[in-house]
Amino acid sequence: MKNKIVCYFSAAQSEQPIIYRLVKNYDLVVNILKADINPLKQGYLVMELEGGKDKYQEGLSFLKSLGVIVEPLSEKVVWHDDLCIQCGACASFCPTEALAIDRDTMMVSFEDAKCVLCGMCLECCPTRAIVLHFDIKEAV
Amino acid sequence: MAQQKTYEEINEKIKRGEAVVVTAEEVIKVVAEKGVKQAAREIDVVTTGTFGPMCSSGAFINFGHSNPRIKMKKVWLNGVEAYTGIAAVDAYLGAAQLPETDPENKVFPGRFTYGGAHVIHDLLAGKEIRVEAEAYGTDCYPNKKVDTIITLDDVNDSFLFNPRNAYQNYNCAVNLGDRTLYTYMGILKPNLGNASYSTAGQLSPLLNDPHYKTIGIGTRIFLGGGIGYVAWNGTQHHPNVLRGENGVPKTPAGTLSVIGDLKQMEANWIVGLSYIGYGATMAVGIGIPIPILDEEILMYTAVKDEDIYCPVVDFKEGYPYSKPIDLGFVNVADLKKGKVIIQGKEVITTPQSSYPRARLIAATLKEWIRQGKFELTRPVAQLPGADADIQFKSIPERNPGGISLNGNRRNQ
Repeated sequence: MKNKIVCYFSAAQSEQPIIYRLVKNYDLVVNILKADINPLKQGYLVMELEGGKDKYQEGLSFLKSLGVIVEPLSEKVVWHDDLCIQCGACASFCPTEALAIDRDTMMVSFEDAKCVLCGMCLECCPTRAIVLHFDIKEAV
Repeated sequence: MAQQKTYEEINEKIKRGEAVVVTAEEVIKVVAEKGVKQAAREIDVVTTGTFGPMCSSGAFINFGHSNPRIKMKKVWLNGVEAYTGIAAVDAYLGAAQLPETDPENKVFPGRFTYGGAHVIHDLLAGKEIRVEAEAYGTDCYPNKKVDTIITLDDVNDSFLFNPRNAYQNYNCAVNLGDRTLYTYMGILKPNLGNASYSTAGQLSPLLNDPHYKTIGIGTRIFLGGGIGYVAWNGTQHHPNVLRGENGVPKTPAGTLSVIGDLKQMEANWIVGLSYIGYGATMAVGIGIPIPILDEEILMYTAVKDEDIYCPVVDFKEGYPYSKPIDLGFVNVADLKKGKVIIQGKEVITTPQSSYPRARLIAATLKEWIRQGKFELTRPVAQLPGADADIQFKSIPERNPGGISLNGNRRNQ
């Protein structure tokens, strides 16, 4: 199985080679997407974790046994209305019409519920008004 | 005899707050309802607008002097180099200029997050900009280094001077190849995956005055939210092209060079753009009023999207290697509806120019004129027209053969 997760950890936990253990002992494929560790060595790690179902669960149990808080990653596409110049380039790349053009006014709109997070719009927006937002809590 | 009006008569009406002003979109309906004769009598001014990426743009800046004085050899604004091979503290910051630290396309496709256009936008937004300058030092300009922070208010002068804007018609870009292309027309999906276009169509300034009868050198315009002027015909101005019966060019044709005081512009109308895999560029807002001097001029302003055609150009081979690949024309009305037929295939369209913003510019200019804040100007000189015999040239391929051209005449 394969999931994107967020791990929140404390200073003591950040001293440990957590990723190494996940790979070595649980045979998991780890892809780090984003990480932030503050000067107090507390922080979070966003990663994609892939492996056999049992090993995956054991890996998660291992993280939890260390006191690392593990949560599924919630990410979303955010459209910044104020940065958008209404060119409409994004709409032709959006497979679900979450970003769409009203053909009478040629105005662009974004409907969050239709978005499947494919990310095509992130590349084609010339004002970078569309961004991928990782929902990360304040460091624990 | 057909109805005639003069610039002076129209300006008198503007001063009295009596001028009848409509946008290039609204005029279509008026002409359809009232006919050309009556509409030409009633309407005094038609306002146009366009807001899209225009790479050939930039700003002159005079920084004022440091103490001791400096003759800048190089200058950077937020790390983006401006050309300073002119007087001591004058520089020209190009919209497409990138910081030297930009990774460009080393990891393809590059992001091009920040360039000259973004600096100009930040100046307009009132942001603080780091200015670093180097010099070799002279008796009159001893200083060799400046490293400071400025805002737009701190500089003596800054005016936008864009060598080529407001292209009269533009290519519709497609990709006949089998990999995604990253171009100045945006992302082009393989195998005719999309068709990218950039025009304000029926609102576009030069499509409403196809023979440059009223738009000329000295014409006062809306530029970047402030007032500017047409300075000259733009670079690559090439009016002698295939035109429809309505006079509208069917390929890219005329262009404008425009100028205006940056200090009275607004960040909202001069926006830095990042085209993935291509570079940085600038969205420029331009609106041009067209005085309805006679019925012919009115007829041109009544042009509809349905009457405007753009050539389809392949960006895999056709454009980059100048290969003539005939893909026909597409209609702007169809482009705006979202789908066109190219080589028998239905293709999704990708706009690059903002129609809603173009509409807002035409409406804003209309209000300025109605309120008597903006008077029209007669051009001091006409732009070269289709009969001017302007040829479109390429760089000659000649072998310098070790001859120094410095001071030598090549043909001797």
